[in-house]
Amino acid sequence: MRGFVKRFGSITAVAGLDLDVPAGSCVGLLGPNGAGKSTTMKALTAQVIADAGELEVLGYQLPADSKQARAQMGVVPQLDNLDVSLTVEQNLIVFAHLYRVAGRARGAAVDRALSVANLTERRQAKVDELSGGMRRRLLIARALLHEPRLLLLDEPTVGLDPQVRQELWALIDRLRGEGVSILMSTHYIEEAERLCDTVTIMSHGKVVAVGPPQTLIREHAGGEALEVYGPPARLAEVEALAQARGWRTRRTGTSVAVLSTNGAVDIEGVRRVANLEDVFVLLTGEEIE
Amino acid sequence: MTGSERRLGRLEWQAMRGVMVREVVNYSSFWRSSTFSSTVDPTIYLLAFGFGFGSLVSRVAGHSYVAFVGTGIVATTVLFSGAFTAMYSTFIKYQFQHTYDAILAAPVDTEELVTGEALWVAARTGVYGCVPMLVAMVFGLTPSWGMLLVPGIAGLAGYGWACFGIFIAAKSSKIESFSYWQSGLLTPLFLVAGTFFPLTKLPEWAQVLGNFNPLFHCVQLVRHVVFATESLADVGHLAFLTGFALVSWRLAIHFMERKLIL
Repeated sequence: MRGFVKRFGSITAVAGLDLDVPAGSCVGLLGPNGAGKSTTMKALTAQVIADAGELEVLGYQLPADSKQARAQMGVVPQLDNLDVSLTVEQNLIVFAHLYRVAGRARGAAVDRALSVANLTERRQAKVDELSGGMRRRLLIARALLHEPRLLLLDEPTVGLDPQVRQELWALIDRLRGEGVSILMSTHYIEEAERLCDTVTIMSHGKVVAVGPPQTLIREHAGGEALEVYGPPARLAEVEALAQARGWRTRRTGTSVAVLSTNGAVDIEGVRRVANLEDVFVLLTGEEIE
Repeated sequence: MTGSERRLGRLEWQAMRGVMVREVVNYSSFWRSSTFSSTVDPTIYLLAFGFGFGSLVSRVAGHSYVAFVGTGIVATTVLFSGAFTAMYSTFIKYQFQHTYDAILAAPVDTEELVTGEALWVAARTGVYGCVPMLVAMVFGLTPSWGMLLVPGIAGLAGYGWACFGIFIAAKSSKIESFSYWQSGLLTPLFLVAGTFFPLTKLPEWAQVLGNFNPLFHCVQLVRHVVFATESLADVGHLAFLTGFALVSWRLAIHFMERKLIL
């Protein structure tokens, strides 16, 4: 993806995005709500047509050859769009047809997808009897029926319990291990840090940083962060002090994190390892719009 | 990418079949209610008009009133089972179930999506269209060989109306907007189709307008094949229904693309 631009009326959703997903890797698209992540994901299936820029997926030019690309791509949408009155198995059979799995291979494809998503036992259950986590696993199973080379995951764990989220992380990690290329959009920073080989951080439709999570953390936040807790007055004081010494800070609601200090700190606080969230907030801003 | 790989084209059968498989599998979970509403409504009209008017009017245009309504009512079923089904199901799948997002992420284009769904509604309409006619046979409509053509006629008209229903859904941003289409267009067309009374009894301007009503052409065609009174005019009726189906089909695709592809 080179210089992808998309406008909706007077609003520019994506303003010149470059994005690469190397074969077999997991790339995270990180950004606050409204950064243009979903628009970017939809452009890859030609459900959004670019106003400018070059898009190529698996060697196919979009939108002209998007159908070809979609045949080798699996998509897990942000919004659950399963057929709720059907059973787990029926949902998969329908999509095995839509993804053109040949007749004799269809049963095996359904069985395999069920087992990857750990849903074999629930095969006959109706979708509206499933829990949120199971539904999300079924969405992933549905995207894997035709053994895609590229998997698009749009906010795969949004709205799920921590346990369920971890279970999905394990599943995604396993898929990556099997050589599937993955592009994942998320605003859960921990998710990107754990799963992605590289992340692209977006803000207001533009890329603000690209790189492996650890590199980004080192470059933007340093190795260590100092978390200082206290009343608002103390926090403001710490911020001023850090600023005077050329250190970067970010508020975390109840505390101030002092970053890029290289360990030479003379302020009392809790030391911790810097994380991608620090980078994210530094780069995309602290203000909520 | 391998050299032997077939380039995917437009309007592929595999894609449309996939769309229809989805419809058929879903239908297996709600066929009772759907069949009920699509066939019981017209049957009630048939019985109400048949017995109500039938007691006042014994013969219309040379046929018993039950035979007249029993054939004309096919067009009513076509409207209910074609247009209304397509309108509501398209809107619900788009707005509430986000089904189209999932289908279009697969190797299926809007054109194939619309065509597949309309074909399935048309097939159902072809079958449902015959139900009130069968009921009318119990009340005195004489069976004829021409009746075997009725599913085909209802299917063709049903395809046009299904596409028109999808077009309405694509043009509507709220389900409330359907009222304008229903009261402003569909109900008048339903009444002025020659189903319950011949158009020849209407003022001339209404008769002229009636010629632009696809339901009127459907009614004429059905009566002519059932009563074996075909004439050259039926080629015109068939051509009109075909034209209506083609125009509605392209309209449905055009406006669905505008709605689904941003």
